[in-house]
Amino acid sequence: MTVPPELHYTAEHEWVRLDGPAASVGITDHAQRALGDVVYVSLPQVGATVTAGEPCGEVESTKSVSDIYSPVDGEVTEINEEIDEDPALVNADPYGAGWLFRVALASGGELPAGMLSADDYLELTKEAG
Amino acid sequence: MSDPDAAGPRRTPLTAVHERLGAALTDFAGWLMPLRYTSETAEHNAVRTAAGLFDLSHMGEIAVTGPGAGEALDYALTGDLSGLAPGRARYTLICAPDGGVLDDLIVYRLGDEDFLVVANASNAARVHGELAERAAGRPAVVTDQTADYALIALQGPAAAAILAPLTDADLAALRYYAGHPATVDGRKVMLARTGYTGEDGFEIFARPDDAEPLWATLAEAGAGHGLVPAGLAARDTLRLEAGMALYGNELGPDITPFDAGLGRVVKFTKPGDFVGRDALARAAEAGPRRVLTGLAGESRRVPRHGYSVLWDGQPCGTVTSGAPSPTLGVPIALAYLEPEAAREAAEEATGAGAGTGRLAVDVRGRAEPARAVPLPFYRRPA
Repeated sequence: MTVPPELHYTAEHEWVRLDGPAASVGITDHAQRALGDVVYVSLPQVGATVTAGEPCGEVESTKSVSDIYSPVDGEVTEINEEIDEDPALVNADPYGAGWLFRVALASGGELPAGMLSADDYLELTKEAG
Repeated sequence: MSDPDAAGPRRTPLTAVHERLGAALTDFAGWLMPLRYTSETAEHNAVRTAAGLFDLSHMGEIAVTGPGAGEALDYALTGDLSGLAPGRARYTLICAPDGGVLDDLIVYRLGDEDFLVVANASNAARVHGELAERAAGRPAVVTDQTADYALIALQGPAAAAILAPLTDADLAALRYYAGHPATVDGRKVMLARTGYTGEDGFEIFARPDDAEPLWATLAEAGAGHGLVPAGLAARDTLRLEAGMALYGNELGPDITPFDAGLGRVVKFTKPGDFVGRDALARAAEAGPRRVLTGLAGESRRVPRHGYSVLWDGQPCGTVTSGAPSPTLGVPIALAYLEPEAAREAAEEATGAGAGTGRLAVDVRGRAEPARAVPLPFYRRPA
């Protein structure tokens, strides 16, 4: 399982890549493995306001469906149009081509308290098996 | 039996193979089983186009033997098993006295006085207990042989070509729902042409010690044909596309065979009484209380087990199984609908009013349009 050290994580298995006052969001390698083949991703609309810890989309796989919880507060500036055509990108490259959406952070670059480091997230998923 | 929770899920004779293959393992009905090896969609597609290899050793095998075995099964089950020819198999049900389904079964007649009952893993202990009770006082012996068998399924259009060079059985003469002793890779097995995928294929009942070498031989022989190991996730989407019921979803103690569209396996004409007969006769007379209906979703959001089905916005039934269909490329589902809604939905799907969007599934708070489609969703090319 891959957990890139430069990213931030949530206990709900999203990752955040901080990029100045903006952030990219996706789901982790652990999450995509647990879900199985992703067949559809419902994303927030560009311009939508997202709130940390609130559901803002869903990932459908063969066996199950899971909410996507926004890890951050802000406004959605871009969504990954590619995964509408090819949801399997979320399985194949969860931290790269399988990213989900970008947010202009409400706090101007501050992440919410309680986000996990790569080490914390590894520890969490180890406990979960 | 020791407390299964204390020991963790049971391992099959092939669990170590799945671990070496890197499978995602899951606790299924108390057994540690492969959910998928790589991608369940790729495994599903391999079974539709080439072949897949499944470990089904969690299934329950119960032997019923003796001069009264056929009569005991006639009394215990809904089918006419004493009328089954040796070497043949039959899909049948075990019902409670009130007509509810306790399990769906395949019964193989291995000899005049020798039957093998294959039960779902989750029901194996219950089925064994019921069979023993229902056979009491007859010259028949009921034995749980689950631990004596490994069960490997080889399924898909390439299955016969893969198996033929490895077996002494004449596969051209081995019909669907037939099974008899044979050798595969020089090992004694019971070889049956049965399955749960909607494809041609075989189920191989082997000695546990033979399971690993058999699996290896089949995997090697099949590699050039596109054979891949396939897990329970692919098995579930394959059976759903084939319109086959799954116990716990489409079948259960509060569902009669007539609700499930399985009235044909209740044999009122067989000799003698059988458990559930009176209740089942009343259910047959009354007609189904709900109708098992195939649905195709018209959005990409997938109807899943337990979701409400809507007719003009009003609840009219419940989804029992649903998944994105790899073969059809749309979400599919089985659902129990109120008879009136099932009739209207079928008319809507075929008649002039097609696509009026009156039928929908409540997918987590949003009504997603669906249409009724004939079952099975998928039928293999002739």
